[in-house]
Amino acid sequence: MASQAGHLIENPHEIGTTGLPHRKILMWLFLASDCMFFGALISTYLIYRGRSVAGPTPEEIFDIPLTSTSSFVLLMSSYLMVLALAAIERGDLGKFRLYCLGTAFFGSIFLGFQVYEFSHFYHAGLTLQGSLFGSSFFVLTGTHGCHVAIGVLWLLALFFYSFTGGVTQKRALDTEIAGLYWHFVDIVWIVIFVAVYLLEYII
Amino acid sequence: MSSTNMHIEPAPEKGFFDSILPRQVEPSGVIGWLTTIDHKRIGVLYLITALWWFLVGGLEAMMIRWQLHKPEYQDFISAETYNALFTMHGTTMIFLVIMPLAVAFFNYIMPLQIGARDVAFPRLNAFSYWMFFFGSVLINVSWLFGEAPNMTWVGYSPLTNSTYTPGMSGDFWVVGLQILGVSSIVGALNFITTIINMRAPGMSFMRLPVFTWMTLITALLVILAFPAITICLVELMFDRLFHTNFFEASAGGLPILWQHLFWVFGHPEVYILILPPMGMVSEILPVFSRKPLFGYPLIVGSGAAIGFMGFTVWTHHMFTSGLGNIATAAFALTTMAIAVPTGVKIFNWIGTLYRGQLIMATPMLFALGFIYQFMMGGFSGLMHANAVHDLQQHDSYFVVAHFHYVLIGGALFGTFAGIYYWFPAVTGRKLDEAKGKFVFWFLFIGFNGAFFPMHWLGLNGMPRRIYTYSARNDWGDLNFVVTCGAALMAVAVIIFFFDLFKTAATGKLAGRDPWDARTLEWSIPNPPPVYNFKETPHVHSLDDWWYTKYPDTLHHDDIGLDATESPYEDDDASHMHPSDHVVDHGHHDEHGIHMPGGSWFPMFAAFGFFVGGMGLVFNGQFLYGDVIEIVKNGANVSEWVRYDQMATHGYEVPYLQTLFWRFWIAIAGGLFGVFSIFCWSMEPIGGYNIHFDDEDDGVKAKDTKTPPVQTAPVEPAPITDPVVPVKADDKTEVVKVEEAEAEKPKKKKKKKKSTKSDDKVETVTVGEVEEKVLDTPEPGEAAAKLDAEKEEESDDTNDDDSDKKEEK
Repeated sequence: MASQAGHLIENPHEIGTTGLPHRKILMWLFLASDCMFFGALISTYLIYRGRSVAGPTPEEIFDIPLTSTSSFVLLMSSYLMVLALAAIERGDLGKFRLYCLGTAFFGSIFLGFQVYEFSHFYHAGLTLQGSLFGSSFFVLTGTHGCHVAIGVLWLLALFFYSFTGGVTQKRALDTEIAGLYWHFVDIVWIVIFVAVYLLEYII
Repeated sequence: MSSTNMHIEPAPEKGFFDSILPRQVEPSGVIGWLTTIDHKRIGVLYLITALWWFLVGGLEAMMIRWQLHKPEYQDFISAETYNALFTMHGTTMIFLVIMPLAVAFFNYIMPLQIGARDVAFPRLNAFSYWMFFFGSVLINVSWLFGEAPNMTWVGYSPLTNSTYTPGMSGDFWVVGLQILGVSSIVGALNFITTIINMRAPGMSFMRLPVFTWMTLITALLVILAFPAITICLVELMFDRLFHTNFFEASAGGLPILWQHLFWVFGHPEVYILILPPMGMVSEILPVFSRKPLFGYPLIVGSGAAIGFMGFTVWTHHMFTSGLGNIATAAFALTTMAIAVPTGVKIFNWIGTLYRGQLIMATPMLFALGFIYQFMMGGFSGLMHANAVHDLQQHDSYFVVAHFHYVLIGGALFGTFAGIYYWFPAVTGRKLDEAKGKFVFWFLFIGFNGAFFPMHWLGLNGMPRRIYTYSARNDWGDLNFVVTCGAALMAVAVIIFFFDLFKTAATGKLAGRDPWDARTLEWSIPNPPPVYNFKETPHVHSLDDWWYTKYPDTLHHDDIGLDATESPYEDDDASHMHPSDHVVDHGHHDEHGIHMPGGSWFPMFAAFGFFVGGMGLVFNGQFLYGDVIEIVKNGANVSEWVRYDQMATHGYEVPYLQTLFWRFWIAIAGGLFGVFSIFCWSMEPIGGYNIHFDDEDDGVKAKDTKTPPVQTAPVEPAPITDPVVPVKADDKTEVVKVEEAEAEKPKKKKKKKKSTKSDDKVETVTVGEVEEKVLDTPEPGEAAAKLDAEKEEESDDTNDDDSDKKEEK
């Protein structure tokens, strides 16, 4: 395992007893913890599903084609993330910049969709205070949106540091960790999209 | 820092902020503590902070007990103050005392036990401490505003919403606990990474000391359980600040969801509190029984099982909520099942004691007290695992008795055992034995006197959380006994603190490895040098340090090694587990040992989040509206209007502007925190390199761990008696060291030389304290001990304590 990760590591002291870098283990553990955060939020949403005493109801305001489009964009950004990581592991800085910026751009598109959706829902009468559905919906998807926003800032930071020598083949681990986070945020969205949006049309 | 065989050299890296806010090359003075990222200093900071809150929480408890000492007593404090006292007592003792006390040991001891130079992310570790510090300040600063949280430590909704707990008290609690939660999760991530990835070569998982194992399991529980409480706190905070409907029954919300989310966290939290002391006790019992831990794999396995099963029992806190028969029965069964791994642990501890040569030193007394009292708490726990029983006992003093038996009798006694045991490893000085025994017996009698009668009070119907009670209930006598017991405990605690300060300042130096212990943290000088291990140790078995000292005991201690050959004959890596990678963390080469520089930013970041938290608590309740009034009307303010009420006073304020003015301090504080984290990520490591000039000596220091070569044939120990002879107490040992040195100068030559070099290093690192260490007959002590114990095999007369327990 040490050899597997070793050629991409600048500082050999970062490799620990298991042959893995410390930061990678930290990221995986953080994601485990973050799973529980989303688990608690999604549980709250599902427990409160259909308990609202005030409108509007999910069926009235959800626009599945629109949200499907934004979900598709977010999932495709994961593909670009994979390409960006592969590029920097090859040492191809030009391709890395392209794909990294592309990932951040796709993430921003998703955020744009979310902002549009939130303001649309707000004008349709769904507010944070107005109903139980509003409270649980906005807090859940808002938390996810914050995660995406942090990811976009992270990717943009990587993009800018690639011009100052901060992103190199030897330091591909930085990109790999950002990628772990980004893929996690995407996977969580798949769960949220199914549990919040699609479930209304299944059960 | 100057020495004959070592010098330091500042690292050349300087960052942008070094010109604005200079960092010290080596830590010294107050700034050294504020900017420290050394796990040992952070551990000490945790210990001091937690002990301070222990005093505060204890004072709260004493006030509660004085209020209850006789029936219908109303002259002391108001009922509202009483509510605040028991709420803050619970919150303080759980989140600010027992957890951080354990974290102090995680920080200080765990890296030493696995042979690491520091934790994996030292700055993150400092951040985690400062978040704990500011979080604890934020919760307790509520007293100064007269708004101390007063809605019980479990914060059941809807009691905690803005209707029933108006004002800032609920916000202090909600925001403070979130900050503490961040601290715990960040710290736990760090500890897990450290244990997984920074073990010394040869330290496979099944060679980890039990305390390190319990650290790992506890940290895993923290990262998986804390999100649940964080989310329910966030939901409650939104309910309070933005009027969402999470726990608003009128909007369809379910107050019971709070209970579920809280206890999904709350029950693992119980094991977060108890597993570290279990680990400490598992370290202490073998040392003071002169035997290896009985059933090491079972102790570790049952710890993991308890951790896992801790997630499956949370609704036993909610049997009276009306969950239905099936849920109640299922959770009653899982709760009873958790007694099995707990029982396994207790039997293994008893197995460790069995036929041991017990040394009744203070740590051992506390460890034995732990076993007894934790068992008592476990039995009453089993009683209300039975749902039928629980319906009677719920919210009565029976439950209060139960969890104090587990948390004081268990967790706190275990932690006290740990403090007495590891105090020499932290300060180089042993706490006073006579005072220690006094503290133990006062605490033990006081504790049982205070909490055992509560069982009867509870069964006689006295409910929890009552301000006073009627004389007709006939609870007065027992309550008086309880208060007397609490007073005894207070006496013990005062003496304990007195001893702590006195010993830390002027105590007798304990010398190296004063308990003749088994694990790696005792293989280095104490207090440890700043770099911990000069050379990364190589580990060959469980209890490696013990078998380094006493290789001949390896054959009859069944620790799963091949009995025909001892790995301690030679020091190469050939006996290591095949899966172990040989990785040296910063072994000292031509660059020397690099010690990272301190950093201001962890503290700044935590301070930013503290200010942000205060902004959330105050959220425009005053100041902003007042400021606007002053601007509008000049100094003649006719009417002081809170910003969040301006709309009702006829001012037209746009929604977003309201939000901004309510939360601008919160936003500014949060941004400052994030900015500080950004600066810290940009900051070069800095620090300095330690060079050992006398490289020959430096290389030989590697052998400090290696025992002296045995020239004389070792007398085979009788196989029927697996007990290693008792260590002499300090005075006789000193004599023996001298004798042994006089008698056998040849045998220890190598040993002596190597320790000597280490001693010099010691002098260098900690200054004047160490000068004295050199005066004590310490060099070659381990070797001398070897001889000493051989002599002791023939005459065992000089140990007073163990004579009583001598079993032959």
